[in-house]
Formats: sequence, C-alpha cells, structure tokens
Amino acid sequence: MNALLLTARLDIAESLRSRWFAFYSAVFGGIIVLLFVFGLTESRILGFTGLSRLLVTYIQLCVAILPVFILITTVRSVAGDREAGVFEYMLSLPVPLYAWFWGKMVGRFLVVFLPVFGAMALAALYAVVRGVGVDWPLFLVYTALLVSLAWAFLGIGMLISTLARSPDVAQTGAFLVWLTLLLFLDLILLGVMIRQQLPLEAIIAIAVANPLQSFRTAAILLFDPQMLVMGPAAYVILDSLGRGGYLAFAMIYPVALGTVAAGIGYHLFRRGDLP
Amino acid sequence: MITFDNVSKTFKRHKVLDGVSLSVQTGERVALVGSNGAGKTTLIRCLLGEYLHDGVVTVGGLDPKAHRKEVLARVGFVPQIPPPLRMPVGELVNFAAAVCGSDPARIVAVMRALGLDWDMVRSRPFVKLSGGMKQKTLIAMALGRDADLLIMDEPAANLDPEARHIFFGLLHQRKDDAVMLITSHRLDEVAALVNRVVELDQGKVSLDDRVADDVDMTARLDCTIRLTRAEAAFAKAMAEWGFVSEDDGLSWRGPVNGPDRLRFLGVLARYAGLVAGIEMK
Repeated sequence: MNALLLTARLDIAESLRSRWFAFYSAVFGGIIVLLFVFGLTESRILGFTGLSRLLVTYIQLCVAILPVFILITTVRSVAGDREAGVFEYMLSLPVPLYAWFWGKMVGRFLVVFLPVFGAMALAALYAVVRGVGVDWPLFLVYTALLVSLAWAFLGIGMLISTLARSPDVAQTGAFLVWLTLLLFLDLILLGVMIRQQLPLEAIIAIAVANPLQSFRTAAILLFDPQMLVMGPAAYVILDSLGRGGYLAFAMIYPVALGTVAAGIGYHLFRRGDLP
Repeated sequence: MITFDNVSKTFKRHKVLDGVSLSVQTGERVALVGSNGAGKTTLIRCLLGEYLHDGVVTVGGLDPKAHRKEVLARVGFVPQIPPPLRMPVGELVNFAAAVCGSDPARIVAVMRALGLDWDMVRSRPFVKLSGGMKQKTLIAMALGRDADLLIMDEPAANLDPEARHIFFGLLHQRKDDAVMLITSHRLDEVAALVNRVVELDQGKVSLDDRVADDVDMTARLDCTIRLTRAEAAFAKAMAEWGFVSEDDGLSWRGPVNGPDRLRFLGVLARYAGLVAGIEMK
C-alpha cells in the first residue's frame, strides 16, 4: 500500500479512537434523532413535508456547527501532534511529505464527512422503511453540498495548522476564521452593509467568497426558488448566476477553496521546519 | 557517510547551531554530548531533514531534506521523549514496517529479544506503555530493519540491566557496517558505547576526540564488591543492578555490562567510604 493511503488509514484509526470523534458522531446522530422525535417529518414548511422537511432543517443545522467542528478538531489534532513530538518521530520514517500531508487530509475528510452523511443516510433509510417518500435528487444535492463544505473547512483547517506553531494559537485562529465567515452571512453583517449603502459589487464579492454563504444559499435555493427567506445578497447572486449555475458554483467553489487553502498549507509545510 | 558543513540554525534571532562542521564515516560510533540547549537535538533534526538551516548536510552524498525517502530509509531513530501515540503498538509497528519496506516480524523479533511480551503489548496503545516498554518498542523499530545510520537520543536510559545487555549486543552486531550517533547529557552514560566523542557547547563543536576502549560492547564483567559494613541504601542500589549478597550485605556479586561499567563505578562512587575492595574481570 502506498504511503498516502497508509497515512490516511493511520489518521482514520487515530480519529476513530479519539473522544472528539465519538462526540462529533453523537452530535450529528443526535440531531437526526431529535428531528424525528420532535415530529419534523409531520410538519410542513413552504410545501415541504416528510423527509425533505427534515433534511432541510438538518442541512441548516449543519451549516452552523459542521464548519466550527471541522476547524477546531483539525487544528487541535494537527498542531497538537506537532507540539507533542509526534511529527518529530513519525517524520523520521521515510514517509514522503506529500503522502503525510495529503494522507492526513484524505483520512480526516472521511472521518468528518461520514458521520454527517451517515446520519442523513440513516434518516433516509428509516423513511424508506416507514414508507415515507424520499426526495432522492434533494438527498444527492445535499450530499454533494456537505462534501464541498467539509472539504473547504478541512483545507482551511490544514492551512491554519501549518501557520500556527501551537495548538492554542491554531484554535484561536480557527475560531476567528469561523466567526468572521459567520458574521458575513447574508442576514448579519452583509445586511448591515447593504443598509449602509456600501458598493453592491463589494457586498456580492464578500457573499460569493464566503463558503458558508454559498452552502446556505444553495441549500435553501432547493426549496425556496424565489429566495423569500434569504437576504438581499443571495437574491442578487442567484439573479446573476441562475439556479443551475449557482448550484454548480456552490458545489465547485468550496472544493476549490479547500484545495487551494490546503495546497498553500502543504507548500508552507514542505518549505518550513517540520516539528 | 555523514557530512555537516558549516551548519547553522537560528530560532527567532537565537543561534542554536553556529557553524558546525563534522564528518562521520561508516563504523564510527559517535557520542554527541552537551548540556541542555547545546544544540544536540537541533543537529539531529537537521540530519533528519526536519529543519531548514544554513550550510550543508549530506548523508551518503544526499541532502536529507531534498531526498527524504532515500535518506530516511537508511535511518533508525530513537527519540529521547517517546511520541504520545494513541495507536496500538501493533498498528505502529505495521505502519513503520510498511513505510520502511521492512518485515514487521523483524521488528517483533527485536522486541521479544529485548524482553517485551509482544502478545501483551500489540493491542495496547503505545502511549499507555511504561517508559521502558516505549523505549524497547522504539529501539526495535530502529533496529528491526536495514538501517545503517542509527540516531539514538539517550536510548538506554529507561532499560533494565538485562535489556541494556541485549541492546548493546544488537548494536555490536552493526558496529562495523553502520554509523551510530548517540546523544546524551552525560558522557558516562554512553562513553563505553562509542569510539568518538563530539561535545557541543552553545551550538559549536567544543570537543571532537577518539575513544580507546578495550572492553567489548557485548562483554559482561563479573564484579565483586567488599564493604567495611552492611548498608541498606547500598543494598538497594545493588539490587537494581541485579547484584546479590551471600554474607548479609558485606560483599556483593553480580554482572555488569561492559558499556555500563562507567555508570556502575559512578554509583559506587556515592558509597566510596564503605567500599573495601572492588574486583571486575
């Protein structure tokens, strides 16, 4: 087996043994259970009922908690490993640096994505068993959006881990990045900026560049094509790109962002002091 | 085989290595000694290709940073502080063997030779092992493959006398075909293992000397000590070395590994006022 796959497998095994993973899985599994318990499949919003209603709510919760989970756990474990001397020893073995870095990225991606997807898939399975209709195209689009979101924040997390020399600095940096992106969601600072009549192009650029915004807009777009529940920036973006174009953008852009961020992280990792 | 040519390393305007130049050939066993902050660990990290630095480091003519895989495939490294890995020992051994292109069975054989119960430790998290067990595992991973550059940071510090004897024997098997770089704060810990001593002081080489030693690395000296009177503290110290007394603590007898004799004499020095005679043969 090549070194990249070996490193990915090692990272997956390390994550599965860790407490954060158990907590992380319990949170997303718990959300699905709670949504069922509170009878969300029986309620109706904008014409959505059944599992689609549950998925819409689930995906909205994901946008709030998935990024911060990924950022914090990634930077803590990677920067923590470096501080504890794990890098000094493991990188004295003949593992190519690309295999170590990207192997960790791939392994970590599977670990953060699978519980989120697994909870959604279990909900779909439960719906099938109970004879409740499942909107499979919606399910697939949400899966793709979750892949994009997870990859984007994982890439950002790997970059922060490379830049910060201690777990505390890395964790603070990760939290600030998440907070900044959260504040620049359509209904928070962007709304204020529009009210202050700042240039529309700048506002749209900020909204487009924010992976949280693209995920949120694309997720809501599926059940609210007129964007009645969204803020003005999302509405303008949608007007420019169209529905299909925006969905494609929302899936491709975060993957590109995560890859570029991780690529910069890898470049710095390779060019700097390792431990 | 190893060349350091005017190697310097600076951390935040603090020069940790200052123009170090050294050349080490196959068959040389070098003790790298110096106080804390002398630059030993930094020099080793430069050798492992883990640090950027000024000057040139080569192993077999290759730059360790640019040719990581080729260089590190030749390196067996034992760090002073074992990494806090949560993975089971079996997984760690399999990973190391796979990336080094070695057979895990070779590593396991060395672990067993060092007195580690493989069946007991294989499923235990590495971080949960005792200090000695971790040390044995790391030594086995360094020696259980075809490494001809052994870099060891206080490798025998946590080993019991029997494991030390086996460890010295394993090093002895490779003494002519490998380069050994053994670091320590104290020369007496490693003096008998090496044939060259390099001392670092504030990032510079302050001593580079050869060691003449007639005692074989695998030798075991039969030692007898006679005391003027029995002493409980002395009895405790001797028990740690595996010595026994047959006359209520007035004389003690036991084996001392050849490379350990300086350490042993260091222990005896603390009780010099009690010692009436020493015989080592």
